[in-house]
Amino acid sequence: MFETFQYITLQQYWWIIVSLLGAFLVFLMFVQGGQTIIYTLGKSEDERTILVNLLGRKWEITFTTLVTFGGAFFASFPLFYSTSFGGAYWVWMLILIAFVVQAVSYEYRKKPNNLFGHRFYEILLYVNGLLGTILIGTAVATFFTGSQFSVNKMNLTLLTGNKMPIISEWTGVAHGLEAAFNIQNLALGLTVFFLARVLATLYFMNRVNNTEIIYRIKKQLLFNAIPFVIFFLTFTIWLMLSKGFAVNPATKEVFLEPYKYLHNLIAMPIVAALFVVGVALVLLGIILPIMCFEKCHTKGIWASGIGTILTVFSLFLLAGFNNTAYYPSTYNLQSSLTIENSSSSLYTLKIMSYVSLLVPIVIAYTWYAWRSIDSKKIDIEEIKTESHVY
Amino acid sequence: MEQVDFSLVNWSRAQFALTAMYHYLFVPLTLGLSFIIAFMETHYVRTGDPEWKRITKFWMTLFAINFAIGVATGLILEFEFGTNWSNYSWFVGDIFGAPLAIEGIMAFFLESTFFAVMFFGWNKVSKKFHLISTWLVAIGSNLSALWILVANAWMQHPAGMKFNPDTARNEMANFWEVLFSPVAINKFFHTVTSAYVLSSVFVIGVSAWFLLKHREILFAKKSIIVASVFGLFASFLIIITGDGSARNMAKYQPMKFAAMENIYTGQQNAPLAVIGFLQKSHADTLINKQDFTFKVEIPSLLSIMAFQDASAYVPGIDDIVNGNKQHNIMSYKERSEKGKVSIMSLAEYNNAKKAGNDSIANAALAKFEDNYAHFGYGYYANRDVNELVPNIPLTFYSFRIMVGLGLHFIALFIVILILTRKNKIENKRFILYTALWSIPLAYIASELGWVVAEVGRQPWVIQDILPTIAAVSQINTASVQITFWIFFIIFSGLLIAEIKIMASQIKKGPETESK
Repeated sequence: MFETFQYITLQQYWWIIVSLLGAFLVFLMFVQGGQTIIYTLGKSEDERTILVNLLGRKWEITFTTLVTFGGAFFASFPLFYSTSFGGAYWVWMLILIAFVVQAVSYEYRKKPNNLFGHRFYEILLYVNGLLGTILIGTAVATFFTGSQFSVNKMNLTLLTGNKMPIISEWTGVAHGLEAAFNIQNLALGLTVFFLARVLATLYFMNRVNNTEIIYRIKKQLLFNAIPFVIFFLTFTIWLMLSKGFAVNPATKEVFLEPYKYLHNLIAMPIVAALFVVGVALVLLGIILPIMCFEKCHTKGIWASGIGTILTVFSLFLLAGFNNTAYYPSTYNLQSSLTIENSSSSLYTLKIMSYVSLLVPIVIAYTWYAWRSIDSKKIDIEEIKTESHVY
Repeated sequence: MEQVDFSLVNWSRAQFALTAMYHYLFVPLTLGLSFIIAFMETHYVRTGDPEWKRITKFWMTLFAINFAIGVATGLILEFEFGTNWSNYSWFVGDIFGAPLAIEGIMAFFLESTFFAVMFFGWNKVSKKFHLISTWLVAIGSNLSALWILVANAWMQHPAGMKFNPDTARNEMANFWEVLFSPVAINKFFHTVTSAYVLSSVFVIGVSAWFLLKHREILFAKKSIIVASVFGLFASFLIIITGDGSARNMAKYQPMKFAAMENIYTGQQNAPLAVIGFLQKSHADTLINKQDFTFKVEIPSLLSIMAFQDASAYVPGIDDIVNGNKQHNIMSYKERSEKGKVSIMSLAEYNNAKKAGNDSIANAALAKFEDNYAHFGYGYYANRDVNELVPNIPLTFYSFRIMVGLGLHFIALFIVILILTRKNKIENKRFILYTALWSIPLAYIASELGWVVAEVGRQPWVIQDILPTIAAVSQINTASVQITFWIFFIIFSGLLIAEIKIMASQIKKGPETESK
């Protein structure tokens, strides 16, 4: 089936898959968002137990999506893996550390004799929610703002002189942390942070059976939706007005083009439609519970969740399609990564494309398994009947 | 490349070793215990005996505690290929990335989705669906091991690829050769069966503790029977795959084999030193040479082990470093010269292509391809080739302790199975204590297996093609030192917490009422 596909088609296909994984990851980060409002929403131990258990039954799927996102990026665009991870060392390391501490916190939090006490693990969950979202948002923003690096594959042949044979050289002073001091990057980081909290409140609305918590969630939805909209608009307006990193399709030369991402949106109407529908759905998901709480409060997560996936997906497509460098270098424009110059070989992409046919099966069984165990709303009574409690 | 930053290379290696060793403290129990739990639950579903449900749930609790920290430590490893070994990520990412992605799509989702059903589905899904979920977690965990071990085996024996001089990287040419390489198949079965042995020892050891405390007698005996049968079965597979590992090593990684056996001078009818003590001779100028101060040998066994022929010649470290024309072994010096030609030809090819001079480009390409088998040695052209010899004592002793412990576990499985079947185990306190204290020994054996595999292949990240000095990322050493210590503190803290929680759950014992 994929045998007849051209190289560029497979490169684009894999950019779509990576973009979809990234989009699902951002949606699933409602788990991280929820971790930062456990104490805001849960005033008693029982209430916090409800919230933690609701998130605890989903954390692994977010974690798995992150790992698969990394693996898929490695397999399909190894030069990005090599350049960004090896260069923006500190940003990625901090993200990893934030996720490492999350992985044990649910399981260990309520276990007797857990060495540090339950508050410690709750702090770790908070750290994961805060750093994980902001730093991932910041890192993704560099797809539009650029980073300082150079790439020369022939550095491998350096046998003499003082230089080591390094292909990708990072020139940013703080090995990636400099990205966090860029206002535009930070705007996207904070957008992701507040979006994760909005999605968490909508998820809780859908799953919690506790009137006190639901009352507090209503307030929190608005408190987080406002900064989310402000940061999202800041980032989006800046994105549409800024110069972008265009690629000359004939010479493959990278150059700065005014309004590049706006041009991309106009040039790709399907992407524009995805973006507009996505944003509208996110906003609809927020407005629904505010306007008609009684009838609509369980539906917000579906609208905002699907909206998030569509919006993030379209942003990734804006970054990589229509002759655009998706990982630009501001140090050396011609070192910028495009889906063409950074991808795996034709053969590997074909093999991986066959593997990608498993994705619908994965989605189907995940859906089925979740429905099997998530058929009812959660309250403290339900949790007390469980033998495995977080 | 006169100025290699060795402190960066060594700290990057140390960080990878630290994260890999911590990760592998938790992985084997996940791989094996998941199957043991699946066997137990199957028995529960078939018999309807609530005691088996109680037993299943107890081991499941321990499984979850271990699983969480295994997931945490595993995340770092995947990303470290990029953060600390960026050249590597490009040089072989076209091949190496695929198993990691397939692992995520095929195994991790299976594991994580059905993990939730396994723990939260007892009262929500049917017995059969729950059982299937438990089996899927076991299969998912082991599938994940398959893909990461395929990736690791490929580093030890690169197969199914071709170097593309235009992209300056190795590209996959045959996926099936990567997946079904003899090293990959053997490595997978050897590693997972060793994990089953560790898990069996763990279950037996914990059950022995209950018997020593005169608690949960029936639970402990039932657990021991399942684990010892499983462990015994796995042990026999380990012997077969261990033999396969030795032969693969002798064929594809002769230096690792020579280091593991401390053979300095090659010989026919090579004996196997079953036990040996090494000491460095002060008179010797070669940095890695070790002499035996004591050894117990079995004549010709090493030749048989390596080549299934008692009279076969097993090359020693000296033959491999300095060459042996009689046995057609090229010296490292010669290989590094050829490697240098290969590297320089690649540069020449690239320059000629840029200049549009096809005839020079073609000639350079031919020279490059003729010498590509020695590519990695080229980075040692101006260096001491003794740097290509791994740490011999560490490899030698690790192998012997691992094998010795493996034999101990087989004896333990047999003795404890017989005594339990004869209903005499409760009174054999020495055996019960031995079983209990075998738990840490199983972890030691498991880690030492990886020490042999990974220390023995140094300095190669990809055997013969890419050494660590050419694979590392360009980060300042201080950054790597800081992250090393951060990981050390986090992992150590979490490990202590894990052990305390485990101990506490074990002391608590299985729930008295089954739900």
